[in-house]
Amino acid sequence: MSGQIDPIVMPKWGLAMEEGMLVEWQIEEGTQIEKGQEIADIETTKITNIFESPTSGQIRRIVTSDGETVPVGFLLAVCAGDDVSDADIDSYVEDFKANFVLEETAAGGAAPESVEIAPGQSIRYLTMGNGDTPIVFVHGFGGGFDNWMLNQEALSEDHKTYAIDLPGHGGSTKQVGEGDLAAMTGTLHDFMSIMKIERAHLVGHSMGGGIALNFAFDHPGQVASLSLIAPVGFGTEINMDYIDGFISQTRAKKLRAVLELLVNDPAAISTDMVEDIIKYKRLDGVGVALGQLRDKIMPEGRQASQLKDRLDDLVAPVQVIWGRNDQIIPSSHAEGLSGRINVQVYDDTGHMPHLERASEVNTLIGDLAASV
Amino acid sequence: MSVKSYRQALNEAIRQEMERDERVIVMGEDIAGGMGAPGEDDAWGGVLGVTKGLMPQFGRERVLDTPISESAFIGCAAGAAATGLRPVAELMFVDFMGVCFDQIFNQAAKFRYMFGGKAVTPLVIRTMYGAGFRAASQHSQCLYPLFTHIPGLKVALPSNAYEAKGLMTQAIRDDDPVVIFEHKAMYDEEMEVPDEAYGIPFGEANVTREGDDVTMVAFGRMVNLANEVADSLKGSGISCTVVDPRTTSPLDEETILETVSETGRLVVIDEAHPRCNMATDVSALVSQEIFSDLKAPVKMVTAPHCPVPFSPALEDVYIPSTAKIEAAVREVVGKGH
Repeated sequence: MSGQIDPIVMPKWGLAMEEGMLVEWQIEEGTQIEKGQEIADIETTKITNIFESPTSGQIRRIVTSDGETVPVGFLLAVCAGDDVSDADIDSYVEDFKANFVLEETAAGGAAPESVEIAPGQSIRYLTMGNGDTPIVFVHGFGGGFDNWMLNQEALSEDHKTYAIDLPGHGGSTKQVGEGDLAAMTGTLHDFMSIMKIERAHLVGHSMGGGIALNFAFDHPGQVASLSLIAPVGFGTEINMDYIDGFISQTRAKKLRAVLELLVNDPAAISTDMVEDIIKYKRLDGVGVALGQLRDKIMPEGRQASQLKDRLDDLVAPVQVIWGRNDQIIPSSHAEGLSGRINVQVYDDTGHMPHLERASEVNTLIGDLAASV
Repeated sequence: MSVKSYRQALNEAIRQEMERDERVIVMGEDIAGGMGAPGEDDAWGGVLGVTKGLMPQFGRERVLDTPISESAFIGCAAGAAATGLRPVAELMFVDFMGVCFDQIFNQAAKFRYMFGGKAVTPLVIRTMYGAGFRAASQHSQCLYPLFTHIPGLKVALPSNAYEAKGLMTQAIRDDDPVVIFEHKAMYDEEMEVPDEAYGIPFGEANVTREGDDVTMVAFGRMVNLANEVADSLKGSGISCTVVDPRTTSPLDEETILETVSETGRLVVIDEAHPRCNMATDVSALVSQEIFSDLKAPVKMVTAPHCPVPFSPALEDVYIPSTAKIEAAVREVVGKGH
């Protein structure tokens, strides 16, 4: 009777991921690892990210070596105790390889759906997981539900989750109404009503952070907790070179230079990411929608809504997460908040902590949700 | 977003523009088919089915089966465009241009110039081109260089289904005559294409691969062959940039010059005959503007200067292949170190 063998397999980050390259192991055979420990760098066509061990134990066998590309779900390494013999591990690896089939879930997994919230107006969303009070993710200007590719799946282990495309974005209809925070907040409320979400943990990034916060002011009873990532509404400054460049640049090279402002390490902006944004911006109505949002939410180069003075009115717990090197909205906006708000500012991080510091941000979101 | 073929992408672009703008009409030989034969309406949808389903949706008023007379219906489309409609005319094979070229290059292309800038001619001519179909020398040519030569015409060569929908939509919305070249060997090629309408601006090249050693500029179906070669040469340590100019007129000279400056080497791949084609045009551009950046002589991969052969064995040798492209890339990369 042999002891337990735990496989470590290629994770699935985001809908489109079918395979990934193991760039480099940070551990070797024989290393004792803990769940959550950084064990490898993995690169997909969309993103390069640190892979954290899903399990604890001793690495007995590395199956996928540095530089190899394998499908989602394929065996990367084997974890097992001393009571498992090398022969058992050999046969486990052999069996795994022999029985490995590209699963439906690897190619597709959860698929986005659309719901009509008003005649002629639909919202696309992706839902994963099960639980009572769901987590609802709200992306920022020019984003979409796949901005949460490193967060939604991880948090869906313990929660029902929804990531939406705001009006004017992704696969949602492109009309943005008034195009201000109030209109976007109204849409979020309509979405939650139609999906029968009575109360949710809201996670908002940038413009989506402002929407989530505004929602909490308008509908305090429906918000269980608020996680605001580099949100608007905490000061007047915003980098209009980014906003205007995002809207106007149609060529990959020039748009890439704009998108690199988002992150601390420019290498995090993949060719696919740039290409996806170019394709999104070509869709009918997107140019008008983005222009309208800019004119209403940041008229004349400054943020229109100041929300942080009203934070004390909120009953739900709030946390504010920022990257110290944020080049879009300065992290100084997180200073001087009242003591009841948990503020986390990460060094060496830009405007996208949920991508750049995914696992730490996931822990913060999960912990706050668990605390209520 | 869903997977669509090149054919479906073109059909969807035309259908969405017809829904959006009632001035958009389509016309050509058997583009619906079954005229006058009860129970057989929409029997064809064009010789390769691109316009199938338009007639039942929009009616015979906007989907016009024409007599077999290119000079008549292409001229008719040019006139309709100049007087308020936005016709999409199908010239079944570009090889048939000979009988209607006056309507295109002396009429449609000249209206804006000859009427003091007051005339607009939002005409789209869809046409099929390219070898590989065993269709012999009168149904297989790549005549886009002839159209590119004429000022007043815009010329687009979609290289996949995503490009096809975006360039077709852009063509219909453009106020000048546009000739859009559909490669007949690509109609069944599939990929993810957005369901919503979108246009791809003319004169903006697509850099489909980014590399350091050599730039391949390829046209139409050749873009896919160039991409294949770029991917396979990665293993040999040769890193290639691939540029799909998308439109030969206007031509995105900036992207071509910029990418060739970066790599210092150029291979141009063009399925047209080698004299006065896009390969010579791009070679001349690069030689004139950035000769001093070149580390090796420019290399052209084209069809030979002979009619497309009917013999399958000869036709296969006639068309630029990945093997020929790879050999050209290896040759220029071997120079200039």
